[in-house]
Amino acid sequence: MKQLLTRNETLVALVIVAFCLVGTLSDPLFFTVTTLSDLLRASIVIGILAVGCVLVLISGGIDVSFTAIAVFAMYATTIFTLGVWPDMPWPLIFLISIGIGAALGAVNALFIAGFGLPTLIVTLATLSIFRGFLLTFVGSDRISALPPEMRNFSRLVIARGNTEAGNFYSLPWAFAALVLVIVLTWFILQKTMLGRSIYALGGSVESARRIGVNVRRTQVFVYVYVGALAGLAGIIHGAMGRMADPFSLVGLELSVIAAVVLGGARLIGGYGTITGTLLGVGLIVLVQNSLIVLGIPSSWQTATIGLLILLGTGIPAYQAKRAAARAG
Amino acid sequence: MASMTKVPAPGLVNSPEFRLLIIAIAVFGLMSVLSPDRFLSPQNLTSMAFQFPEFAILALAMTLAMMTGGIDLSVVGVANLSAVSAALLLANVAGPEATGAAGIFWLFVAITLALAIGATAGFINGVLVANYGLPPILATLGAGLVFTGIAVAFTGGSAVMGLPPAIAFIGNETLFGIPFPLILFALLALGLHILLTRTSFGLKVTMYGANPRAAFFAALDIDRIILKVYTIAGMFSATAGLVIMSRANSAKADYGSSYLLLAVLIAVLGGVNPYGGYGRVIGVVLAVLSMQFLSSGLNMLQVSNFARELIWGALLIFVMVINVVDWQALRQRRRSVSSGGKT
Repeated sequence: MKQLLTRNETLVALVIVAFCLVGTLSDPLFFTVTTLSDLLRASIVIGILAVGCVLVLISGGIDVSFTAIAVFAMYATTIFTLGVWPDMPWPLIFLISIGIGAALGAVNALFIAGFGLPTLIVTLATLSIFRGFLLTFVGSDRISALPPEMRNFSRLVIARGNTEAGNFYSLPWAFAALVLVIVLTWFILQKTMLGRSIYALGGSVESARRIGVNVRRTQVFVYVYVGALAGLAGIIHGAMGRMADPFSLVGLELSVIAAVVLGGARLIGGYGTITGTLLGVGLIVLVQNSLIVLGIPSSWQTATIGLLILLGTGIPAYQAKRAAARAG
Repeated sequence: MASMTKVPAPGLVNSPEFRLLIIAIAVFGLMSVLSPDRFLSPQNLTSMAFQFPEFAILALAMTLAMMTGGIDLSVVGVANLSAVSAALLLANVAGPEATGAAGIFWLFVAITLALAIGATAGFINGVLVANYGLPPILATLGAGLVFTGIAVAFTGGSAVMGLPPAIAFIGNETLFGIPFPLILFALLALGLHILLTRTSFGLKVTMYGANPRAAFFAALDIDRIILKVYTIAGMFSATAGLVIMSRANSAKADYGSSYLLLAVLIAVLGGVNPYGGYGRVIGVVLAVLSMQFLSSGLNMLQVSNFARELIWGALLIFVMVINVVDWQALRQRRRSVSSGGKT
């Protein structure tokens, strides 16, 4: 089993390397610091969402509502800040957004852990509830006059400059948020009882219960944590884009799930790693931003992502099926 | 098994279908009271009959997939790919000036092409689930993206227009005073009902959905059942795609993107067990009617589209909560029946 997992991750890594090789051969400008910083910037929001998503998949569930949570938290926080204290410092703005995200995640947790409803159905429903509520009662106008502190946050950069060829590059501090989320989630998954409980839950709910895992509490943590991460991703998306757009983000959930699944997480639960997820995110971001350097027109982007999902899930699923058939 | 397929008489009042009947009547009554002259007007009743068949047919496809414990997230993608292919053929080969016999000829060619593409797409879903062992959610999600993506690539993302006038018949005409889409939906619903309740295939689908392991040990050809289920679902989706194309008089890769959630919602609302093994077409039909009454009524009360999305989601959760509570009662009843049989 361990081998199989490693294989999926190496497969994705190899595809990324091949992608970059072909990209560099067809366009020498592809392999530059500028491209790298563009790709890293593009992976911040999708990366944070994917780290949350892999937690859900490991626990044996699926969440499609996190994009709605992200956009809800971002937009509601912006409106609240503008109305109450426009000069609010950005750490506080971020905390409010994370708090709203966690609260919406708790709504998912209520129906999943409380009533034991199927996770796909619940999150499909909350996706439309959160989005419908946001657009009906909170607002449906794009806001470009963001609180000044949010704009200041987007100007904080770790590194910036020009390459010798004269191309501009910059890496914002928001990238540090992704790193922080990765480290925190890795720590929870690998170094705490809670993390082992999440894996146990995904392996078998009944077995987890019998070895003393508090199933409900673990599920509640998973969905609240995912909601909080979505809140963080949402506010970063708003700040970096310098616009609070209530119509953005929703629709991205399938790409995020695709990234996570490519990284070796399985829908049956119990499988999934942070490393694999990040590789999956890397591949999806590459496909979304640089498909053109391979000579594939960007109108084939949707089909390519679909095909990657089928290959990424199909190969391990087929191997598992053959292994099961051999075992009788 | 008997208790799975036939609801016993005392269960009739408690059955999800009976509750749905009450919900449908209640929504209809509520809307009639709130907006009597407009909701009950013949124009509104006719326009409702034209509106719902397209997503109702998608819900039938979803029902069939859910009966096996699977799900078909590619219904909208299949519908659009079929419609776009048919529309490209009609617009480029037949052209808008094809009328009369030529128009009808091309109409039949387009229908055949759309159904063939729907069947092929569904077959691909089936192969992925049955032969390669992919979970239905991921198989149909990935395949659905591929189908949508192909439709996008074919059209460059824009709508295909300039269809022959004959195509308008499927979505906009009446036959003996009854809207044709409604007739189409009624025929497909009846066909699915007969397929599920009166044929050995339907029994096998129900058995597999109720307990895949038992079905395997009963030597059912599971791969064949799944292939057939997804192929039929694909053809249903293609039919819905044709209705959408005819009503919009064009085809586009992202038409009806909100119908996916709606189709899942209607199937679950209709009492279909998303874990497989239980589902009745009559329940789905009642769920469709409830949704359409709610939708039209809210429209007349000037409620925004966004609020409608909110209400649909809330209704789905509400019905799921009720049904789950009921399933537990049902399970206990079944347990007491089986232990009673032993003694």
